[in-house]
Amino acid sequence: MLRFYIKGLFRDRSRSLMPILVVAIGVTLVVLMQCWVTGILGDMIVFNARFATGHVKVMSRAYNENIDQQPNDLALMGTEQILLDLENEFPGLEWAERIQFGGLVDAPDENGETRTQGPGGGMAIDLLSPSSKEVDRLNLEKSLVRGRLPQVPEEILLSDEFATKLEVEPGEAVTLITTTMYGAMSITNFTVSGTIKFGAAALDRGGMVADISSIRMVLDMQDATGEILGYLPSGDYDDLQAAAMSAAFNDRHSDPEDEFSPVMLSLREQGTMTMMLDIMDYFKGLIIGIFMIAMSIVLWNSGLLGGLRRYGEMGLRIAIGEEKKHIYRSLIVESVFIGIAGSVVGTAFGLFFAALLTKGIDIGGMMQGSNMMMQAVMKASITPDAYYIGFIPGIFATALGTALAGIGIFKRKTAQLFKELQA
Amino acid sequence: MKNGRIITIDNLVKSFPIGGGEFTALNGISLQFDKGEFSGIVGPSGSGKTTLLNILGSLDTPTKGQTNVLGTASTRMSPKVAATLRKKHIGFIFQTYNLMPVYTVFENVEFPLLLLKIPSAERKKAVLEALEWVGLSDKIKSKPPQLSGGESQRVAIARAMVKKPDLVLADEPTANLDAENSHHILKTMEKLNYELRTTFVFATHDDKVIGYLRRIISLEDGKVVSDAYVKK
Repeated sequence: MLRFYIKGLFRDRSRSLMPILVVAIGVTLVVLMQCWVTGILGDMIVFNARFATGHVKVMSRAYNENIDQQPNDLALMGTEQILLDLENEFPGLEWAERIQFGGLVDAPDENGETRTQGPGGGMAIDLLSPSSKEVDRLNLEKSLVRGRLPQVPEEILLSDEFATKLEVEPGEAVTLITTTMYGAMSITNFTVSGTIKFGAAALDRGGMVADISSIRMVLDMQDATGEILGYLPSGDYDDLQAAAMSAAFNDRHSDPEDEFSPVMLSLREQGTMTMMLDIMDYFKGLIIGIFMIAMSIVLWNSGLLGGLRRYGEMGLRIAIGEEKKHIYRSLIVESVFIGIAGSVVGTAFGLFFAALLTKGIDIGGMMQGSNMMMQAVMKASITPDAYYIGFIPGIFATALGTALAGIGIFKRKTAQLFKELQA
Repeated sequence: MKNGRIITIDNLVKSFPIGGGEFTALNGISLQFDKGEFSGIVGPSGSGKTTLLNILGSLDTPTKGQTNVLGTASTRMSPKVAATLRKKHIGFIFQTYNLMPVYTVFENVEFPLLLLKIPSAERKKAVLEALEWVGLSDKIKSKPPQLSGGESQRVAIARAMVKKPDLVLADEPTANLDAENSHHILKTMEKLNYELRTTFVFATHDDKVIGYLRRIISLEDGKVVSDAYVKK
């Protein structure tokens, strides 16, 4: 009997090929949407990690407690040893020291007198070590507006807006007036090697990027740093792994009684990132949920129409002596079969297209002047749930549509179905 | 089924709700049919022929009164019992043939036997025999869209007859056929009635069919106005 139905299913393309195609297209879109949204939202995490939080971040406990002020007087000391410990304990991770600094930037005239000046805030990173990945990580090359990247410690990058305000051109000198981590006044000359666009109003008003070795001299922070950012080898943030790492590190190195002892925080544990990750998860769920509901309605309708179209056939089968519940069961089995076949095909296609998009679409060419805050490449990300998420609308919605249409078999009197057969 | 009686209808009433009121399609019908009859319910459209046929075929139930078809009383006719009765003992022939277009002639005729879970070899033998009765042995691999109207109706007859039912209900079986095909079909059914002693009950207003009937029951406005046997 089953063979008889399967034979009919395969021969009747309007019952097999078309519904499978409809389900497959729907499932392809669901899978692709899931991968795309995951990829784009994931990029936001990647961006935050690269720019501010790392996948994990090591600071002094006191610095962490006052992190809004970025207090270099509470910086982490003995960082060479801490870095050695981190490299030993967590091999494979990339570690990057960063110092946030601020001060007055003075642009002198030809006599060395102040021509213009303004307050600025900056980030010191490892710009000059050959092994450093910070230039790529922060998209500095593409964010250059004028000039070039620093090649010696005495060079500095200013935001293009700040440089324009100070009337400074690449190659000209500026003086950074600030305080050391011990509170002493510090005045240091830099040469502006180039200007960049940060892409965030606050940073573009007075942002700077300098090599960490020179800023250490300026701030008297030898063997000290504000933050050490860690990046997982895969390049992707893994909440569980990061949380396990921070718990292990803090267990060994952090002392709640010593405010200068180091503390490691995962990306999720930093500032508002918990809320941000939760909101992102919520929005991801919402976007994918809405799309899945929409697709479910389409597939449900497809199942419903498929069922309604066959009331005549139901009448015939009833007349020949098949029981209503047997017909109903065979319709559901058929729709589950179609749902599975369509979902498998749709998931395969969805993953195929998503895989093509994991390299991303480079929209850099479309963006007028790239900046550090902008993602030039929008890409999809294939996560384990992409392998099964399409089966939810693919099977359940199709079967549900058929089940609802099939209820008509029970609600209609046998004679009515028989009439529809004769219509 | 005393004395070969296979259908007893006693004071049957069938009403349908229409709007706020009720339409009575059959009003106080009492009839009996014996095994081997070749009879017809005739009358104009709306006289209640198809409704009566549906009740005989256990596709519908009486509003009042009782029926007993092949030993099964309408009072204990659950959907399962009705389906079993149709599956084992009743064959239907429709005006529009209602063959399943994706299946071959052989498979269409085989379908009732699949429901009865007849073993494959027996099934094949029975299907070939039924197709031989209707003269379509050479069309077993054809599909319904490749057949003429007459051939399609002959396949429908083979499908109704393959399980050798006690009762065949035929609702306007010649309505879509020309005269030649109609006579061919009717002769085939007459022959099967004679050879297999299958009871045939027609619902028709076609004179060609009426000419073959041995008993004519006339319905008008849901009532039997005459019931006469025809001498052949």
